[in-house]
Amino acid sequence: MTDDAWPDDIYRALSDAGVRVVGIVPDAGHARLIELCTADNDMQVVSLTSEEEGVGLVSGAWLGGERGALLMQSSGVGNCVNAIASLTVSCQFPLLMLVTMRGEWGEGNPWQLPMGRATPRVLDDLGMRVATVERPDEAGETVTAMAGLAFKSQAATAVLLSQRLIGAKAFQD
Amino acid sequence: MADLDRRAVVRELVADRGNMLVIGGLGGTTWDLADAGDDPLTFGTWGGMGNAAMLGLGLALAQPSRPVLVVTGDGEMLMGLGALATIAVQAPANLSIAVIDNELYGETGRQPTHTGRGVDLAAMAQAAGFDEAETITDAAGVSALKGRLTQPGLRFACIKVGPENGPMVLPERDGITIKTRFRQALLGG
Repeated sequence: MTDDAWPDDIYRALSDAGVRVVGIVPDAGHARLIELCTADNDMQVVSLTSEEEGVGLVSGAWLGGERGALLMQSSGVGNCVNAIASLTVSCQFPLLMLVTMRGEWGEGNPWQLPMGRATPRVLDDLGMRVATVERPDEAGETVTAMAGLAFKSQAATAVLLSQRLIGAKAFQD
Repeated sequence: MADLDRRAVVRELVADRGNMLVIGGLGGTTWDLADAGDDPLTFGTWGGMGNAAMLGLGLALAQPSRPVLVVTGDGEMLMGLGALATIAVQAPANLSIAVIDNELYGETGRQPTHTGRGVDLAAMAQAAGFDEAETITDAAGVSALKGRLTQPGLRFACIKVGPENGPMVLPERDGITIKTRFRQALLGG
């Protein structure tokens, strides 16, 4: 397996877990995964104006019997906080968030640092189960494990895809 | 012209609802839906303000053969305006959003919302691309909307109602219970 196949592994993990609704706010680190999900006729990809909308989306899908996942960047976690607390946690809705990290590994945009630092802490404060992927070969199995927690145990989960894994965005010096 | 009574409006919208699934927004419209009658296929929210329409979208995508109705308030809808764009782009043919617009934040001290100050929610939904978008100010408009709720389409209605809340009617408040009974009634098991 090549090191850049991890988005394909995540896609297969989502598909095998029965995920049929995928809410996205694009991030460069999710570009390949978004392409794969969009090309899958069994997945409904819903482009969101803000990550918070995705919490309602996948909760509504669960009410209707479908499994969903959310793709976002770490800054988007901040946009979701009340929705996760008030809706996901209060009602014990399953939640599977795949979060590409910014602000941690070679970040060139200082404005990304505060939310990057806060992301795992905020998710922990919300009572969510959080797993971090640092190595390409961990991605698929981690998503599979967190999907199991989410959909079988109705847990709120997040997989943090580290900036070390996805590579820091290049800015001109 | 007399103001529409919100309780009468919501009762009419969900009367003889057939296989329709209903989402209630925080919080007055959840009380309105409770007043109209307890139903396991009504998911009335006690939190998550701004997300009622998106709950409706997720439900509509998961259950394309059933009509889905979101009943929410003007303040709640204003908090999630981006959802109008997101929903219009998805364009589910089984979703209706009815905003019960009293131009007030009725639960927090009756402060004015933007809808009483020129913001036109129906025009926003129309501009986003909803198949139907209208502002309703009379009983005939409500009855006409009721007749279309089970027809295919993506529709938005802003229903102007009077300022009276009606007596407090509280539904089940435990979110896990509300969710579980909804899924059991819809999906079985």
